[in-house]
Amino acid sequence: MKRIYSVLVENRAGVLCKVAGLFWRRCFNIDSLAVGETDDPKVSNMVIVSSGDGRTLEQIEKQLNKKIDVIKVKTFDEAEAVSRELMLIKVKYNRTNRRDIMENCQIMGAQIVDMSNSLMTIQICDTPERVQMFLDTFKTVSIVEITRTGTLAVTKCREKA
Amino acid sequence: MIAADAIVKCLEMEGVEYVFGYPGVAIDPFFNSILKTKIKTILVRQEQCAAHAANGYARITGKVGVCAVTSGPGAENLITGIATAFADSIPIVCFTGQVDSKLMGSDVFQEADISGACESFVKYSYIVRDPQEIPRIVKEAFYIARSGRPGPVLIDLPSDVQMLKMNGFDYPDEVKMRTYRPTVEGHTVQINKVMKELSRAKRPILCVGGGVQLSGAKEAVVAFAEKHRIPVVCTMMGIGVMATDHELFYGMVGNNGQPCGNRAMNEADMIIMAGCRVADRSFTQPDLIMAGKVLVHIDVDPAEIGKNAYPSIPLVGDIAHVFEAFLEQDLKVDTTDWLDTLNGYRSLGRNQKEAALKLSLKTKSRRTGVMPAEFVRRLSLSMDDNAIYVADVGQNQIWSCQNVDIRNGRFLTSGGMGTMGYAVPAMMGCRLAAPDVQAVAVCGDGGFQMTMMELATMKYYGIPCKIVVMKNTVLGLVRQHQHFVYHDDFSMIDIGAYPKLDMLAKAYDMDYLKVEDNDHMQEKIDAFLKDENSVLMEVMVDPAETV
Repeated sequence: MKRIYSVLVENRAGVLCKVAGLFWRRCFNIDSLAVGETDDPKVSNMVIVSSGDGRTLEQIEKQLNKKIDVIKVKTFDEAEAVSRELMLIKVKYNRTNRRDIMENCQIMGAQIVDMSNSLMTIQICDTPERVQMFLDTFKTVSIVEITRTGTLAVTKCREKA
Repeated sequence: MIAADAIVKCLEMEGVEYVFGYPGVAIDPFFNSILKTKIKTILVRQEQCAAHAANGYARITGKVGVCAVTSGPGAENLITGIATAFADSIPIVCFTGQVDSKLMGSDVFQEADISGACESFVKYSYIVRDPQEIPRIVKEAFYIARSGRPGPVLIDLPSDVQMLKMNGFDYPDEVKMRTYRPTVEGHTVQINKVMKELSRAKRPILCVGGGVQLSGAKEAVVAFAEKHRIPVVCTMMGIGVMATDHELFYGMVGNNGQPCGNRAMNEADMIIMAGCRVADRSFTQPDLIMAGKVLVHIDVDPAEIGKNAYPSIPLVGDIAHVFEAFLEQDLKVDTTDWLDTLNGYRSLGRNQKEAALKLSLKTKSRRTGVMPAEFVRRLSLSMDDNAIYVADVGQNQIWSCQNVDIRNGRFLTSGGMGTMGYAVPAMMGCRLAAPDVQAVAVCGDGGFQMTMMELATMKYYGIPCKIVVMKNTVLGLVRQHQHFVYHDDFSMIDIGAYPKLDMLAKAYDMDYLKVEDNDHMQEKIDAFLKDENSVLMEVMVDPAETV
């Protein structure tokens, strides 16, 4: 089972280490982790995707809440969230595969953001599943470098009834 | 006023009486400033003992214990003591000196990232970079250490920061932390659910842990058990919550517990766990024991609930508050039949134990020396009613918790971490916390040798101490494990007969007693307890004794 934790933390030195250390110490999985400042510079938001059985996922939430630098923990399923991941992928291209790559980019809504005679860098920003799907289309292409942000997620907008 | 003055001023504001520690250049400004105060310092012989002494002091006074050591190796030596306090949720605040803040991170002499090293076993840690933050940090540290589920807090003090000038000093009246507000009051809905289930239960049982001692809930818990006549069992950390001879007390549970306590747990239809972690030594297979029962788990730490066992009624709150709320409610619980059954189990257990004792006393057993179980029983029965019994770790600890008789006193041990060498320095802390209360440390010859250098500390500060060393020349609990698991293929368990404890006692100007057999046990115990000087009692135990 997968679960997303959106964790507001005090923006202090060492907090990322404390939260990541908690996952390591308690043998919890980190599928992805993304951190950034919020509108309040004193507060950061961490989006952590984890997986495990129901009890483990509940323990993760409790242990996160126990950390004194943690302000608030929101937790939700993928279905309840709008989630995005950004990937930059640098590949080697040649005459024969150039068109295929471009077409794939077009189909998936990816953009070529940089290129040279033999290399191109493609950017895709989409759901983590579609980013993975896009990456899978490069099986026959020589990949030079990949970097991904990890999942960012917010809960879906719902007006209170 | 410099920052170091501000720190000790904060300690005065917190009512700190003693600081246990060891100096070094990186913490010298702190110790220099402390000279200007009435706070007493205790210079131990190794830093780990400072933390254990602060631990013993905290457990007896209910206040926060304080220790201070230097950077690098000083701080590293403290680690075992911090982890020990964390495992048993003991409130201590540890100050560690740190290298000059401008040099931090460059691997200079005696530099260690102590807050990083301790992260997974402190409740919280600080590195002080701005002296103006000292009053807030110390105020928070003491509050965090003692509130909610208590635990150790670390404050790392770079040496240059300790020397910086303060722009005034204002100690905050209260702590303002948006991220830390422990739930103290139990939720009424959950409390009512517990009461409802209790009125239906036919075989309820109350299992008490160290959390009951920590929250000062002993009276409330005992009153609740007595009001509804609910039988009580305990974990190792819960020994002493209920007097051993209380008619409603059925002993310790777990793999080292009494059969009667374990049977009571197995046959109950409702278990109320109060302030215990449901850890492996008490509940080897929690799911199996809890199956088909109503399980209520009360703890001030929400993360403990559902970690090892999944309760039917989780109840987050401070034990004292929760049990006072329980006491306000009236309900009918009839446990007459259930208590009859349990009393049967209890007397069966006692009879078996006595028969075994008589048999081994009568028949010339192939074993030599003293019967440790009987020794613990007699020692504790001969001690004052309010005495403090500090057990070390190993066979001596298991014999102690199985046979100790605690009436209105305390039983201390390193239950969670099982740190050998805990007893001697912890007893030193107890003696300072309550100089008029009798305190005895019971160790094995392994654990004793880990911290026996504190005999010098106690001698130097004129702290009379009573220490029992059960001597069997082996690391008994490991030997016993290898006896059962490796069929006597022993490795790394022989520690030999040294040091000669009579000569050691002489070296520290202590009196010395030796118990070699069961026949002279009682007179030696009496002499030991009557002695007003510091006294070391060597109790000879056969290496083949098992718990």
